[in-house]
Amino acid sequence: MDKNRKVHQFKNPVLNWIEFRLPIISYFKKEYGDYPMPKNCNYFWSFGALATITLITMIVSGIFLAMNYTPHTDMAFDSVERIMRDVNYGWLMRYIHSNGASFFFIIVYIHIVRAMYFGSYKYPRELNWILGVFIFLLMMATSFLGYTLPWGQMSYWGATVITNLFSAIPIIGEGLKTWLLGDYNVGNATLNRFFALHYVLPFVIFGVVALHVAAVHVHGSNNPDGIEIKSNKDSVNFFPYMLIKDTVAMCAFGVAISAVIFFGPNLMSEVDNYIPADPLVTPAHIVPNWYLAPFYAILRAVPDKLGGVLLMFGAIAILFVLPWLDRSKVRSCNYRPMYKWFMMGFFVNFFALGYVGMLPAEGLYLLIARVGLLYYFGFFFIITPFVGWIEKPSKLPLSISDVYAKNIMPNIGAGEAGMPSPAMQKDTNL
Amino acid sequence: MAKKPKKNKRRDFLQLSTVTLGAVGTAAFIWPFLKSMSPAEDTLAAGSTEVDISAIEEGQSITIKWRGKPVFIKKRTKEEIDAAKMVQASDLRDPQDDSDRVQKEEWLVLVGVCTHLGCVPLGQKVSDMKGEYDGWYCPCHGSHYDTSGRIRKGPAPKNLDIPPYAFLNDNTIKIG
Repeated sequence: MDKNRKVHQFKNPVLNWIEFRLPIISYFKKEYGDYPMPKNCNYFWSFGALATITLITMIVSGIFLAMNYTPHTDMAFDSVERIMRDVNYGWLMRYIHSNGASFFFIIVYIHIVRAMYFGSYKYPRELNWILGVFIFLLMMATSFLGYTLPWGQMSYWGATVITNLFSAIPIIGEGLKTWLLGDYNVGNATLNRFFALHYVLPFVIFGVVALHVAAVHVHGSNNPDGIEIKSNKDSVNFFPYMLIKDTVAMCAFGVAISAVIFFGPNLMSEVDNYIPADPLVTPAHIVPNWYLAPFYAILRAVPDKLGGVLLMFGAIAILFVLPWLDRSKVRSCNYRPMYKWFMMGFFVNFFALGYVGMLPAEGLYLLIARVGLLYYFGFFFIITPFVGWIEKPSKLPLSISDVYAKNIMPNIGAGEAGMPSPAMQKDTNL
Repeated sequence: MAKKPKKNKRRDFLQLSTVTLGAVGTAAFIWPFLKSMSPAEDTLAAGSTEVDISAIEEGQSITIKWRGKPVFIKKRTKEEIDAAKMVQASDLRDPQDDSDRVQKEEWLVLVGVCTHLGCVPLGQKVSDMKGEYDGWYCPCHGSHYDTSGRIRKGPAPKNLDIPPYAFLNDNTIKIG
């Protein structure tokens, strides 16, 4: 025990009592009060906070749904309908939860796009990126498990198709699939374990999110210019500046999600899931949830069972090594004139993959999926490593406050190799 | 108090109104969650039961289930009615006249849950112990109830509850 530990002193004796035994108050003050945020962070930097809020909303609404849900093949569908019709505000809980899942993915996709475009995954934040990809993986697993629970046609056949992916593995595949299902088919054993796992995984996600946040707080947030904070002129305190900014983003998000929950609650769901599961009849067209569609498109683009499965999982696994594929030292695509366009192309391509993933895999759609697949992997394996080599990045500003100096008085900044004028170095915004 | 500069007043107002709006919004968000835990519509719909009482003989008592709890319906004998009426309400732990506990003298309708800790008292069957007052006797902690279901002896604080009920006709009671 460190006898020389300096204990923070507060005015409130109760706080002092707690602080002496568990320095949690000074921790929160440091990490969420005085924590320096780059002052040029735009609204893209609010999506981490939004994702956390959404996760909490999903956990809370999920717990309340679980109070009325029955994980049994004979009763699951009816118990969901009972939630919709008889349970007080049950329809609201369920629409918050089902649309919350979609919005969670919208937010996380924007969060990932932000991290990729502004190079947040690069040194020294690689581990942070890896933890983020883990969260993304866990989210996909959780949403898939949850989609099975209403026990409609899409639930049943979605679960059947996805668990059959494992049967593609040579030799052990069939046995592994049976073990995962606890039956030879998707049945009551499967539903029960899917419910148990769907309940517990969000708490695992919450734990990884805690690590993810702790990791970003070590080196601080990246920013649109991709340069580190050099002095306190470059930053503002998290409280109140970023908290208020995040609150504004949260209000906008609240309006958006409420609009969908109250005026179009089934916009992002498949009508076939309102038909009870029937193991003898497959729906004419099985559609994954939109947020999994890009990966589904990759699966179907490959005319080989094992190959498709490997490429689909590979498409996610490749994200883990992105920090080492990108050789460029420049983080932000704002300063990478070539890579910027390839990056935009990647986003468009991902969107296109998602679009064709929702449509039948034939004709033009299949062709688009195959071209999209090539670009997806080409982007990571060829474009990302080599563009860093041949590209000449634009000149980076010397510091974050320098960016503002340039914006306000372009002549001074440009003329003196990025040195801000003495007048601009004064801290004018506080 | 010294007059604050105008600028601070404005800031105070903004801060207060933001926090208030946030608190109201949070409360409005929490309400549906709390409300979802109270009985659902189908549970409430199951909250009333109609019972055919034409087959019950004098002195006989039946038990039916209402909201998951046992309800005793007893057709009392003349002696039992008289015994219940003779008692002075003021002598009782939970003072109540017999006439306040029945709609028709011969029909006694009770929630069969001991008011002590929720056990089901004995006394429905002929062979059951009926306690010292010839009504009901709770085997858990020894509470004695009389022929009006009133607590006479033992730890229970109150008389057996009377559920809301109505005679739809001479042969049918609607409970709930």
